[in-house]
Amino acid sequence: MSETFSMKKLNMIEAINDALDVMMARDANIVVMGEDVGYFGGVFRATAGLQKKYGRTRVFDTPISECGIIGVAVGMGAYGLRPVPEIQFADYIYPGLDQLVSEAARLRYRSAGEYTAPITVRSPFGGGIFGGQTHSQSPEALFTHVAGLKTVIPSTPHDAKGLLIAAIEDNDPVIFFEPKRIYNGPFNGYYDKPVEPWSRHKDGAVPEGYYRIPLGKARVVREGEAMTVLAYGTMVHVAEAVLADKGVDAEIIDLRTLVPLDIETIEASVKKTGKCLIVHEATRTGGFGAELSALVQEHCFYHLEAPIERVTGFDTPYPHSLEWAYFPGPVRIGEAVDRLLKA
Amino acid sequence: MTDAGVLRMTEGARSNLPPLQLHVPEPKFRPGDAVDYSHLVIPAAGAQARPDEGCAASETHPLCLDLVRVLGDDHRAVGPWDPKLDPETLRRMLRLMALTRAFDDRMYRGQRQGKTSFYMKCTGEEATSIAPAMALASDDMVFPSYRQQGILIARGYPMVDMINQIYSNKADKLKGRQLPIMYSAREASFFSISGNLATQYPQAVGWAMASAIKGDTRIAAAWLGEGSTAEGDFHSAMTFAAVYNAPVVFNVVNNQWAISSFSGFAGAERTTFAARAIGYGIAGLRVDGNDPLAVYAATRWAANRARANGGPTLIEHFTYRAEGHSTSDDPGQYRSQAERTEWPLGDPINRLARHLEALGEWTPEAHAAMDLELAEQVKAAAKAAEGNGVLGHGLHHPFRTLFEDVFEELPWHLKEQSEQAIRERRIKWPEWKED
Repeated sequence: MSETFSMKKLNMIEAINDALDVMMARDANIVVMGEDVGYFGGVFRATAGLQKKYGRTRVFDTPISECGIIGVAVGMGAYGLRPVPEIQFADYIYPGLDQLVSEAARLRYRSAGEYTAPITVRSPFGGGIFGGQTHSQSPEALFTHVAGLKTVIPSTPHDAKGLLIAAIEDNDPVIFFEPKRIYNGPFNGYYDKPVEPWSRHKDGAVPEGYYRIPLGKARVVREGEAMTVLAYGTMVHVAEAVLADKGVDAEIIDLRTLVPLDIETIEASVKKTGKCLIVHEATRTGGFGAELSALVQEHCFYHLEAPIERVTGFDTPYPHSLEWAYFPGPVRIGEAVDRLLKA
Repeated sequence: MTDAGVLRMTEGARSNLPPLQLHVPEPKFRPGDAVDYSHLVIPAAGAQARPDEGCAASETHPLCLDLVRVLGDDHRAVGPWDPKLDPETLRRMLRLMALTRAFDDRMYRGQRQGKTSFYMKCTGEEATSIAPAMALASDDMVFPSYRQQGILIARGYPMVDMINQIYSNKADKLKGRQLPIMYSAREASFFSISGNLATQYPQAVGWAMASAIKGDTRIAAAWLGEGSTAEGDFHSAMTFAAVYNAPVVFNVVNNQWAISSFSGFAGAERTTFAARAIGYGIAGLRVDGNDPLAVYAATRWAANRARANGGPTLIEHFTYRAEGHSTSDDPGQYRSQAERTEWPLGDPINRLARHLEALGEWTPEAHAAMDLELAEQVKAAAKAAEGNGVLGHGLHHPFRTLFEDVFEELPWHLKEQSEQAIRERRIKWPEWKED
């Protein structure tokens, strides 16, 4: 892409803002709405400047009602608009769950294609910012479980822009979770060290203008032979740092889209390495790692040389003061890597 | 000593207070009870003021506690809400309501005969669908609940297609995916019915907002029952509609019963459902829902207001669910059968027929002939639909449609599952070939 596009250095927030800007300029049917997204530009600034540029009927604040935000978006989609609602924190999404699960996800099916819900629900998710139990959750598995929803999670500014554009253009409802811990830089899990800003990171270079990264395609972050690491969002960077520190020649796969999942890339990698480590920040039981583990077992069982390892958050609410005890950081990942190496 | 008693003794400082009491609403009449509706305030027809369509919302608020009525006990249309429809339009309204009832009767029997799994009649509530459908523009978008089959009938949607859906047969446009009567009809500007209650309310607001964003002239209208006003979606919808002045007409069909729960469980002991409009600062009207002329007039008022950027209106249709909630319900288990016969607002079809008779534009003989004709019309449509199959008796949609439309494109995991389903089919019926 760097051959054909001029690049600019953006952090993930700026990349998301850029994607919205590019798409709103291309398609007059795109509207952006959510709590504080209008004049103020969002509590994380993801929509900054958009209302001024596109006007108050295309970028506007909403009442504090996630049920209303998503329900209204479904109705707008039925009219022919392409709404991109923001839920301020993923932790707040639950009042809108019925509208996502029973309505947006099933509308195409139940109406046999008469009506669709081409909406992209953006929402910051994940912890590591001392947000406590109400500003830190990773509820992606609730959505991957629902037939009819796509779930997308970027890990770099470059991917955030390209994936968001693809999500907005998709004719099915997409949950777009933004790992807020890496909005400003690729946090690597070493919370006691400063975070490198995106401006000094290779994936902080974002093409200008329109480009899309297809949904359902994983990214091989690093090729390797010792084991396959499956991760998404913040945990891509944490896993990458831990494995680099330990000098392990791991193949790291950033899933980017959980549904639909790029099973081909996963299968090829695990068959090559014979070992698989799954890392996510969400709680363990019934987490997306369980689905990944089952799929790897089904597709690669005779190539496995060790039990599949899952590194996850603990099955507790996200704590405040003990945040780093909860977070699946370098120690927890390192232990699992060691077990796989010894196997 | 009871646990509550122990607890009270430990709270010595407040022991001089009487114990707290939980109020659990109870309907006035249960099976076998005689029914006395004298507690209902039924104002005289024609007595309600009709504010200008562009008035301040607050001018409508007295009407939220009143009851807009046009047809009086003498079957004459009176007062400022009389829509002054010509006899031809009135006969059309009558015919559509009677056709809806004939359709319900036939489909109910079809369910009892095992042709489908489920049906829901709207007996006694026909006016709350037919009159609004006639008062709205045909391309205004409707977001119905599950008892508004009258809208499709009024909009001329093919009855055979409705029955195909009810029978989940091979011609069902929804490919047999939805519970019977959960229609979707984009060509009739009729939104897909959910079955989850009140979800269509914020969606209607979103559609109306989109119409306003685009500078369109079409408005949205939504329906739900009084029981569903307790859902959060109802209140989200009210807030959004008020905040953005959305061009939408909200219909609350207060038919007194939500399955076995009377309207008291949605708050009716305290105030009317139309009065919800007062708190949200939007226009509200409370209408005799068995008076098709009042329903028509109220809808026209609200639609004109919305189309002129006057914003949303909440209309409560005060009516009575004359039959069970659905074919799965037996109302004799929880309410007095005399409620229906004693209902003081009568029956919408009878009232309109008597009105036309009073005008000299209708006769009982014409009515009987019409009923026979409509029954034949429905019978012919049902026969045609049965040619496409009935539930559980072959002639289904192609097997692969089970997996289509989950997403626009079939992802790998659904392809795998589709192959499995076909394999299972072949194991059970080795001769089976995919359609």
